[in-house]
Parts: sequence; structure tokens; C-alpha cells
Amino acid sequence: MTTWRGWLLNPAPTSRRQAQLGGWFRAWLAFRRNTLGMAGLFIVLLLITIAVAAPLIADPATALTQTLEDRLQPFSWAHPFGTDELGRDIMARMMFGARITLTIVILVSLIVVPIGLAIGLPAGYFGGWIDAVLMRVTDIFLAFPRLILALAFAAALGPGIENAVIAIALTAWPPYARLARAETMTRRSSEFIQAAELQGASHLRIIATQIVPLCLPSVIIRLTLDMAGIILTAAGLGFLGLGAQPPSPEWGAMVSTGRAVLLDHWWVATLPGIAIFITSLGFNLLGDGLRDVASGRG
Amino acid sequence: MLFSVILTFLGLTAVTFVIGRFMPLDPVLTIVGDKASTEVYDRVYRELGLDQPVVVQYLTYLGKLVRFEFGTSVMTARPVMEDLVRVFPATMELAGLALVIGVLIGVPMGVIAATNRGRIVDQIVRFLSLLGYSMPVFWLGLVGLLLFYAKLGWVEGPGRLDVAFDDIVPTVTGLIMVDALLVGETEVFFNALGHLILPASILGYLSLAYIARMTRSFMLEQLEQEYILAAFAKGLSPWRVVWVHALGNVWVQLVTVIALTFGSLLEGAVLTETVFAWPGLGLYMKNSLFAADLNAVLGGTVLIGTIYIFLNMLSDIIYSLVDPRAREPS
Amino acid sequence: MMDMPLLRVRNLSVTYPSDDGDFRAVRNVSFTLGRERLGIVGESGSGKSTTGRAIMGLARHPARVQADELLLGDIDLRRQTERQLRRLRGKRMAMVLQDPKYSLDPVMSVGQQVAETHRTHLNSSKAEAKAAALDMLNAVHIRDPERVYAMYPHQVSGGMGQRIMIAMMLIAGPELLIADEPTSALDVTVQSQVLSIMDELVRSRGMGLILISHNLHLVSSFCDRVLVMYAGQIVEVCDAGRLADAQHPYTRGLLAALPELGHRRRDLPQLQRDPAWMDDIITPLETRMPPPGA
Repeated sequence: MTTWRGWLLNPAPTSRRQAQLGGWFRAWLAFRRNTLGMAGLFIVLLLITIAVAAPLIADPATALTQTLEDRLQPFSWAHPFGTDELGRDIMARMMFGARITLTIVILVSLIVVPIGLAIGLPAGYFGGWIDAVLMRVTDIFLAFPRLILALAFAAALGPGIENAVIAIALTAWPPYARLARAETMTRRSSEFIQAAELQGASHLRIIATQIVPLCLPSVIIRLTLDMAGIILTAAGLGFLGLGAQPPSPEWGAMVSTGRAVLLDHWWVATLPGIAIFITSLGFNLLGDGLRDVASGRG
Repeated sequence: MLFSVILTFLGLTAVTFVIGRFMPLDPVLTIVGDKASTEVYDRVYRELGLDQPVVVQYLTYLGKLVRFEFGTSVMTARPVMEDLVRVFPATMELAGLALVIGVLIGVPMGVIAATNRGRIVDQIVRFLSLLGYSMPVFWLGLVGLLLFYAKLGWVEGPGRLDVAFDDIVPTVTGLIMVDALLVGETEVFFNALGHLILPASILGYLSLAYIARMTRSFMLEQLEQEYILAAFAKGLSPWRVVWVHALGNVWVQLVTVIALTFGSLLEGAVLTETVFAWPGLGLYMKNSLFAADLNAVLGGTVLIGTIYIFLNMLSDIIYSLVDPRAREPS
Repeated sequence: MMDMPLLRVRNLSVTYPSDDGDFRAVRNVSFTLGRERLGIVGESGSGKSTTGRAIMGLARHPARVQADELLLGDIDLRRQTERQLRRLRGKRMAMVLQDPKYSLDPVMSVGQQVAETHRTHLNSSKAEAKAAALDMLNAVHIRDPERVYAMYPHQVSGGMGQRIMIAMMLIAGPELLIADEPTSALDVTVQSQVLSIMDELVRSRGMGLILISHNLHLVSSFCDRVLVMYAGQIVEVCDAGRLADAQHPYTRGLLAALPELGHRRRDLPQLQRDPAWMDDIITPLETRMPPPGA
């Protein structure tokens, strides 16, 4: 029987690749049974699709052009989510806002994971004073309140999405350093590591090829769960006016401008907030689902 | 442990120092204006100590901090420290009540969910928790105001007190409700309560979401332990086994969670106070931000950061007091 | 001796349902216990601990417990509500667990935990319960009970902890004691101390004891009768003194594998397992042999 499924689930794999792919496939099957996790996955995929396809679905003009005759329209066929105080279509703006959210998610991940690994791996691997120093640094950053620090940054450097990303990333990396360190310390004295050392592999090679792949699953799970919080923090910064600047359709900023017309035109502020909520929820569900599968309680 | 606390504090102040000193805005120019002559510029430059080596500048800064000299606020023209003392109680009132709600409701919720694992009650608790920590607090605040204030009229609106009641009650503790009770002004008390209840409930909901989730998780862990089986073997009622033995062991870990929650309540205060026009530390910092009042922003940052650090230290201390295993063996 | 047996078990089965088919942890176990010491020996997974817990009504969820008879004296344990079982646990039947480091509440003083059993079943006041607890601590040969009363589980040694556990479980005066691996977590030197205290209490109170262990030697030297369990079933029943005459190949294999002082052998024989031992025994043993004292 040489169907893909059969090949992947073969209890006696004949190649390393088959074993690895088989492992991933089994994890996927377990994950599929987790309804809430699947719902989370769906939401995240939806976010990505909307973000990528935004220019195709919605006309960018409607998102950015101010048509003052059309301002503050409730739901209609022309504007399914209504229009905001400057006559811009809210649905289109929300879709383009998804791009901003996705960008923040990706940028923060790209900064946080390498830094976390770069600090945690050597700390766990070499131990001793390297560990002590790196962990002190980690602890210091761990004690910083994220939003407040972002505020301080914005005060000094000016508002803008890049500064927001930097501020968030600077306070978000410590847990990954801790995670990487813990995983490394557990594996450090494993026999397969010792075998690699005996074979003459350099420290760097060992860390890169053996330890990093083992850390990745917990890092990914942690990242997914953190994403939910990061999205909320970023939205909060946007709400305060510190994130992407107008006329950028950042969700938090949209909620903020909608405040002024909240009483009579509730949709302007409420709908973007729902988008933030659902996105954060999606990442939480996905992260919970991944974690359940990883700990075998799928 | 004290060493690490001090080190962390130094780290925090180093960051605020760096932000304050090396920001794009020239601190001399803000004082002398850009039309000043070179001599005036140089004089002020030296007066501000900017010609000293960086390390010395940092130490001077640190010295000022520990004497509570945070500089003067551009916005209020008063010492930042004075401003902080004025606004902090409002934030404490809000965060404090929210934390109380979070603990009083969140812990039992978590226990009940854990003891009914898999059943409806558990699903409901998990669902409510999940909603709670996926929600943006500022959005929930707006929706809350819209619904409970604008449409239903069940609570008072933004602000801490109706304007009519301003300055009736003398400030003793800074907590309006307490001060009102002290002088017997019940009308003021109820008005203040009406203003406090919505933001406190919203923040309370967000706290209880996290606390319930963590309590559930800790409880599930404890219920697997051998001593629980032994307790049942003794013939103890499930009530006692869960609420006295299991929960007793959970409290130890819960302390850290509660400290963390309080920290994040302070953080979130910036957003909540903006939405509710609550005159606390958060609103102060936001206004300072937009007034480019760096002293005030950094002052608030140092204050909140220090409280954060202090909370961590406090939870370590409480942990060692509550858990008999952490105390010295007799 | 025509007094009623303390415990009558007939065809006790414990099954764990699962996606891959039910797992039968205990199959058709039958035995009768009088005021004697009965040992249940088996390796891990033989079902010996599960049997003990099923009798107490503490089999781990989602176990399904069935029996033709499960009588504690004249009380039908199968028909008891959970509330009624609770009143029996600690008062009529008790269980001592393996490791006091884990089976005592880490954040409560040991004395309070002992007193707790007394208060629960005898409705005593705090002072009465404390006095009873101190007495009990004395009874398990703990010197300076006042000082030990206030200590926490992590502060006492293994042997002392186990004695405290015994005190905690016996203070309300049960007639049946199930001891699940009571000495397995202890140093060899301490084991016999704890066992002799258990022995003393069981004898002086006229109790029945079920000692569950993987240690055949221990069980045969301490108990009057021995049940050997394998894969959920009883495969051998005999008096402790007559173990050498054991019939079942598994028991013989276990005996042969025991090292003995004074008996030199080059290699200890390895136990050869016969898959046929897993099959259901048609006529479970105890129902074949007459109960003691009949």
C-alpha cells in the first residue's frame, strides 16, 4: 500500500525524512481532533488570507479616500460595515488593517525569537558565569512593563509603527530566552549530544543542528500564545495614537477615532474592536490547541 | 534576592536614563529655545551637567531619583513627584478594586472548573476566561460605556465624580469613597461608586479571566497528587479535600499570579483611564506623552516599573512565608 | 472460629474503558479476609494496587468496578452511596500509601492531619482530637509527640512519616487496613521497624490486614497467607509457610529467582513468562479453596 497516508503512518519508517514527516503527520491528525484548536487555525488562516488578498477584494481607494458626503453611514450593500467619520468604507479599512496586524505579528516574531534563542541557548549550553550574566539581563528585561515602556519610547522617539514594534519586541523576548535555556539544559547532558561531541562537532554545530530543532516546538507554541497578547498591546498603542499613524487603517487607531461618534454611530469604534478581539482569540485557541497536542492531551 | 532586585531597578533606571538623555530632542534647546546664542547654549549645557561623562550623568540621575526628584512637568509646571502623588491614588483605587473582584470571583471559578473537569461548568469557565484575555480592554470599556451608561443608564459616565460633587469631600486618603465615608457624605459616596463600578468591573473581568485559568490549571495539577488520594482514603468530604487541602497548596502558586495580575492592571490603566477619563496615573502619562513632557512620562515609567519590581519581590517573599517547605527547616 | 469474616470478595473486576478496547486491570479476584494478615504479591501492572483501591471505592476514574460480592462485615460495599462510603473510609476500612513525602499534605502540620481523621469521624472538638492524635503518635512509637505534631511532612524522615501515616489512618479505629507498598519507599533498616509497629497495632486491635507488595520475601515473612497476582488474576493462594509447595509456574519462577544467603548459585534463573498465564482462569482460585476457619 503506497498511499501517502500509509507511507507517513508506517510504524517502521525506513528513512529519517519518513520518520520526521510521519511524526508531523501524526501530530496533525491529533490536532485535527481538537475542535477549538481548529477554530483558532481557521481564524488565523482567515487573517492571513484577508491580509494578503486585501487589495484584490477591497478597493484601496474606498479605504483611504475621504468622501465627506458619505460619512457615518450605517450598514448598507455598498458599505457592509458602514462608513467612518471621513466617509471611508469601514470593511475595506478593516481588511487593510489586517495587513498592519499581520506585519506587526511577523516583525515581532522575527525579532523576538532570534534574540531569545541567541541568549537562552548559550546560557543553557555553557552554564557557569555566562548563564548567570545572561539570566540577569533576561530578568531585568522581564521586569519591564510592556505598554509603559512602549509609551516611554514613543515619547522619546516619536510615534510610529516601527517604534511600536521595537518597544514590544524589547519586552517580549525574555520568556523565549528562558524557554531556550530550559530546553537546552535538559538536553545538554543527553547521550546524543555527547555522541556528537565525541565525533568532534563544534559547539556551534551542535547547538544549531541538534538543540535548536528540539526547542522549536515549545517556542512556536509560546509564540502563538504570546501573539494574542502582542496583538492586544499593539492595538492598545494604536488606540493611544502611538502605532501606525493616520490615515493608516490600524484597528486600534480606528477604535480611537470612533470614540468621538460612539453614541450615535457605534459601529465605527465597535467593529474594528471586534476584529482585534477575534484575531487575538484565534491565536489563543490555536496556541491552546497546539499545546494540548504537544502535551499529549489532544 | 535583594541583589537581583537592586540590579533590576538599576536596569530600569538605565533604560529610562538612556531614553531621556539620548532622545532626538535636544534638552538644552527645550530650555533656551533655538534662537539662543552659543554662550547661553554652552552655559545651560554645563548647568545641566551634559558635559560630564555619561556614567556620572547616570549616577546624578540615579541620585535624584532616590530622592524622588523626577524633575518638573512641562504640562503642569509642578514637580513631577507632586503630580504622581496626586494621581496615583485614583489608579490604586481602580486597580485595587479590580484585583479584589478578580480574586474573589476568579479563584472559586477556577476551583469549580477543575473539580468538574470536562463538564458544562468547566466549559463555561474556560470559555469565559478565554474571552476575557482575548479582549482589548479599551474596546470593552467603550462597549461597556455605550451599553451600561448611554443606553441603559445603570452606571455613571466617565470621570471619577460628577462635576457637581467636586471638592465637597476633603482629600484624606485620596480614595474618594473612603474620604466620603469619613465625613458622612453618602451622596458623594454613591456617586463615586457609580463612576467606579463600570471600569472596575471591566478590569475585574479581565483579571478574573487570567486568575480563573491559572487556578484551574494549578488545581488540576494538585488533584493528581497522592495526598489527595490519601485524604479521600481518610474519609474526608470532597468539599474539605478540595477547598482546604488542594486549594491550600494552590495558594502558594497563586500569589505570583496575583502579583503579576496587579502589575498588568497598572499597565492597562493607561488605556482604561483614557477611555473612562479617569484622573489617574495612566491618564496623566498619556497626556504627558502628547505634551512631549518627557520628565513626566519617564517619572511615571520609573514609578510603575518600580512597583512591578516590588510586586515580584513581594510575591517571592509571600511565597516563602506561605509555603512551609521554603522556610528554614526547624 | 465462626465469627463473620472481615471482608468477602467474590469475582471482583475492574475495567478501564478506552478507545483501543477495554483494559481489564483486575479480573475475577476472590478472597476472604478474617482477623489475619493477608499478603497480595505481584509485579507492577498485576492489579494488586487496583484491587486495594477498588475495595476502598477509590479506583481511579473512569474505572468500572464490578463484583458478585464485596462485603465489609455485613455491609454490601457495592450498594453504598458515595456519602456512605465516605463514612466507612477511615472509620471501618483504611489504607496506608507508599511514600509519606507525597501522601501527606505538604502545607499542613502532620499533627493536624492526624487529628483531622479523628474530628471527621468522631465529631470531636479541636482539643479532643489533638489529644487523641498525640496518643496515636505515641502508639506508633514517636518520641516527643508534642514537637512532632507541629512539624511539616518535609521535615520528618521517611520512617517517621510512614508511622505518622499509620497513625493518621488508624486513629478512628478501623477494623480493616490495606497497606499498599508501605515500606517500598523506606530504607531497609527502617522497614522492619515500621512493619513491626503495623503488626503490633493490627494484633492489639484485632484488625485484618491486607499487605500489598512486589516483594515476595517481605510478604511471606510478614503475612499469614499469600495471594499471588499476575495480569489481573490471582494465580496462587497459599499459607505463607507453605510457599515452597506453590503450584503455579509463575510463583515457582518468582521463588527460584530470589537470591538466598547461604545458597550459592552462579546465575539467578530468569523468569520465563508463558503467555498462557494471561488467559482467563476458568475457575478462579479462591472459590475452589474453602475459606479459613470454615
